[in-house]
Amino acid sequence: MKPVLRPAIDGLLILVLVFLFTSALLLLVDTSPVEAYGHLLRGSFGSWSKFSRVLNVWVPLTLCSMGLLYAFRAGLWNIGVEGQMVLGAIGATAVLNGGLGSDTPLLWLGLALLAGMLLGALWALLAGWLKVWGGVHEIFTGLGLNFVAVGLVLWLIFGPWKRPGIASMSGTQPFPRELWFPTLEGWRVSPFAIGLALLVVLLSLWLLQRSRFGLELKAVGQNPRAVPLYGLSPVRYMLIAITLSGALAGLAGTLQVSGVYHRLIPAISSGYGYLGLLVVMLANFRLLPIPFIALFFAALNVGSIQLPMMMQLDSSLSGVIQGACVLSALLVFGLRRLQRRSP
Amino acid sequence: MQIELRQISKRFGRFEALKGIDLTVASGTIHGIVGENGAGKSTLMKILTGYLGRSAGHILLDGREVACDSPASAAREGIGMLYQEPQDFPPLTVLDNFIVGRDGPGDANRARQRRRLRELADRVHFHLDPDAPLQQLTVGERQQLEFLRLLGREARVLILDEPTTGISDRQKGLLFEALRRIRDDGRTILLVSHKLEDVEALCDRVTVLRQGRVSGEESAPFHLPRLLQLMFEAPEGTAPPAAVPTRSRRHRPGEPILRFDRVSAPGERTGLHHCSLTIHRGEVVGLAGLSGSGQGLFLRLAAALIDAREGEVRFHGRRLGSDDHRAFRRSGGSFLPADRLEEGLIPGFTIQDHFALADGIPARRARQRARQAIERFDIRGRPDTPAEALSGGNQQRLLLSLIPEQADLILLENPSRGLDVASAEWVWGHLRGQYAQRGAIVFSSAELDEILAIADRVLVFHEGRVVRDLSGDAIDYHQVAAAMTGH
Repeated sequence: MKPVLRPAIDGLLILVLVFLFTSALLLLVDTSPVEAYGHLLRGSFGSWSKFSRVLNVWVPLTLCSMGLLYAFRAGLWNIGVEGQMVLGAIGATAVLNGGLGSDTPLLWLGLALLAGMLLGALWALLAGWLKVWGGVHEIFTGLGLNFVAVGLVLWLIFGPWKRPGIASMSGTQPFPRELWFPTLEGWRVSPFAIGLALLVVLLSLWLLQRSRFGLELKAVGQNPRAVPLYGLSPVRYMLIAITLSGALAGLAGTLQVSGVYHRLIPAISSGYGYLGLLVVMLANFRLLPIPFIALFFAALNVGSIQLPMMMQLDSSLSGVIQGACVLSALLVFGLRRLQRRSP
Repeated sequence: MQIELRQISKRFGRFEALKGIDLTVASGTIHGIVGENGAGKSTLMKILTGYLGRSAGHILLDGREVACDSPASAAREGIGMLYQEPQDFPPLTVLDNFIVGRDGPGDANRARQRRRLRELADRVHFHLDPDAPLQQLTVGERQQLEFLRLLGREARVLILDEPTTGISDRQKGLLFEALRRIRDDGRTILLVSHKLEDVEALCDRVTVLRQGRVSGEESAPFHLPRLLQLMFEAPEGTAPPAAVPTRSRRHRPGEPILRFDRVSAPGERTGLHHCSLTIHRGEVVGLAGLSGSGQGLFLRLAAALIDAREGEVRFHGRRLGSDDHRAFRRSGGSFLPADRLEEGLIPGFTIQDHFALADGIPARRARQRARQAIERFDIRGRPDTPAEALSGGNQQRLLLSLIPEQADLILLENPSRGLDVASAEWVWGHLRGQYAQRGAIVFSSAELDEILAIADRVLVFHEGRVVRDLSGDAIDYHQVAAAMTGH
C-alpha cells in the first residue's frame, strides 16, 4: 500500500465504523437511520442559511482546535481552552460596553478582538505559570480555571452587567447593530470571521510546519529533557505555546460575542473547547485535517438541531456521532501502531 | 532447545537494520553474537524476544514455527532475556522480585518460593539474601537475581546482553560458571557481547554480524584475528578509522578555560561537595570514580544545566548563572550526556531535523549538513532516519557531529558507553584530533582502563568529593583504583 493512501484508507475505515455503530444505535431505538442522516444532511447543507450557520460554528471550533494544536506540539494538554474562550468573551464584552454610542464602532470592534485575545492568553498563561513554577499539571489547572471562568461570567451577567430591569440567563443586553461584526445581507456568519479563521490556519501552517519555531516547539514536546542541550529553554516554549493557545481561544470567544450572540451569555463557549479536543485527536494531532474535521463536526452540530422537531429524536445524536468518530479513530490509529510493530 | 532464524529482516522506515539473517543455534550450547555497533545485534535479539516485530522471516524452535510477536508469547515459548540494565523493582526485596509476575497456582506461596529461590541459587552457587531490599544490592547481584528469575520460569533459551558490564571479576566468574552449568542441563544460551574475551571464554560457536548481515560463523577454539576481520573488515572504498593518538603524558597546560571555586550542589547519590579546580586549554581530563560519585553533577554544573548551591563556576572567566546552558554553548562549550536518547536526542526527529534544530538552519541546508555528517562521521543511516532507529554507536556519532567545530570545551558523560572497540577508538581519534589542541576535553567513564588510556589528567571522585588530582606520570592504576573505593 502506498503511504500516501494510508490516511485516506484510515479515514474511510473510521467513517464506516462510525456509520455502522450509529446505524445500529438508531435501529435499536426504532428509528430509520436513512431518515436521520437525511435530516442531518439537509439541516446543515440544505440551504445557504443553514450552511452559514454551520460556518458560524466552524469558525470558533477551528480556532480552538488550532490553539490546542500549539499546546499539543509543546506536549501540553490545554484543557483550559473553554475557560480561555470565556475570558476572551468577557474581554470583548468589556470593550464593546465601552464602545456603546461611539462614532467609531469599527475601532472598538478591533479593540475587542485584541482584548479578547489578550484575556484568553493571560488566562492560559496562568495555567502555564502554575505548571512551570508550581509544578501543577496543566490538566488540573485548566479544569479548575474553567470553573472559575464560568463563575466569573455568571457573576458578570447577574451582577455588574445585568440587563436593565432584571438579570436573566439569556445574557447581557444585546449590542446595537454597529457593534456587530460586519456581515452581508442574508449571511448569518461574518465573512471577516471566516477570513480570520482561514488566516489563522494558513499562519499556523507556516509557523508549525515550516518555521524554525515550529521545529523547536515540536522538539520541546518530544523530549523536554534534551532541548536544553540545543540551547532552548523548554519552559519558555511551553509558555509561548500555551499563550498562543489561549489567544486563539480568546479570539474564538470574542467572535462568539461580537459575531454570533451579540451579547455575553452564560454558555458563551458552547463547549467548543472540549469539542476542539476531539477534533484534534481525530486529526491525529496533525494540522491539515483540522479545518475539514471541524467543518464536519460543525455540520453535525447544526444539522442535529432539527432532529427533535422532525423525528422526536434528541439532538445529542451529533455528540454520539462525534464521540464515535474519535473512538473509532483511536481504534484505527492503535491498530496501525500494532501493525507497524509486527510483521 | 534449538533455535532457527530464517531470513529475518527488519526495516525502520527506509533504513534496513537487518537484511535477511539466517542463524541456527544448536540445543545445549552457548552461542555468541558479536559485531560492531549498528551491526544489528540488539535488533535481532529484540525480535527474538518479541519486543520488536520483524518485517519478514520465520522463527523456528525445535523445528516448529512460532510467532514470537510479543514479549509474552516469546516468554511462553521459553525465551528469556537478561538485559544490560536490570529490569527489576528496586523498592521490593529479593524474594518479592523473584515472585513478582508469577501468577500460576501456588506461586504466591512465599514459603515455597523462598525454597525455590534457595534451590536455584544453590544450583549455580549464588548467594542472595531473600529479604534484602534490592536497593542494597550491587548491579552484579541484581543480575544474578534476574538470572534466577529466568531459571525459575523454566526459560529454555537465555539471551544475555553484555552481561559483564559493570560487575566485578568475582561476579563474572560466578556468572560464567552458572552459564556453563545450565548449558550442561540442556538449555540454550545466546550471548551478545562486544567483549571478545568473554566470547572466547564461554562460547561454543559464534555468529558475526556486520551491517545487518551475517558475515561469518566460527566454532571454538576461536582464531581472534579471524573474528576481528569478520567484525571490522571495511567494505572496499571506505577509509579505515583514524588511529588514536597516544597520550603524550607531557602535558603542558595552557590558559584556564573552566574554573570551579568551592562548588557544592545536591543531586545524584552523593551530591558534590566543595569542589575547587581549574581546567586548562590542551588538557584531556578523565573523571574516575564509582558511578554516581559526583562526576555527572560535575559535568552538568560545568555545562550550566544545573545550579550550584554554593560557590561559583566560571567558563572563560565568565560566571555562568542558572539555567545558562545557552550561554555555555555560545561561548564554545558542548555537553554529551550518557543517556543519548533520553537526554541528548529528540525521538521522532530525523538526523536532518537534528541539524536544523542545532544549527538553526532551514530544511534544505540541514539535509546537506546531514549528508556531510553521515559521510564524515560514518553514521549508518540516512538524513531521514529517525534518531531512535539508530544504534547506540550511531546515536553517539550523531551527537558528536552536532558539536560545533569551533567548540573548545567538550564535556562527555560515558562517551563510549555501549560502543565496541572500533567505535570507541574512532570517537577518541575524532575528539583528540578535533578538539584536544584547541580546547579541553573532560569525560567520565565507567571503564577505568579507558580513563587511563585516554586522559592526561585524572580527577578521582569519591562520595561527591574530588579526592585525587593526578597528571602525567603520576597517574597510576592502583592509586586511582584505591582512591575510587575510598583508600
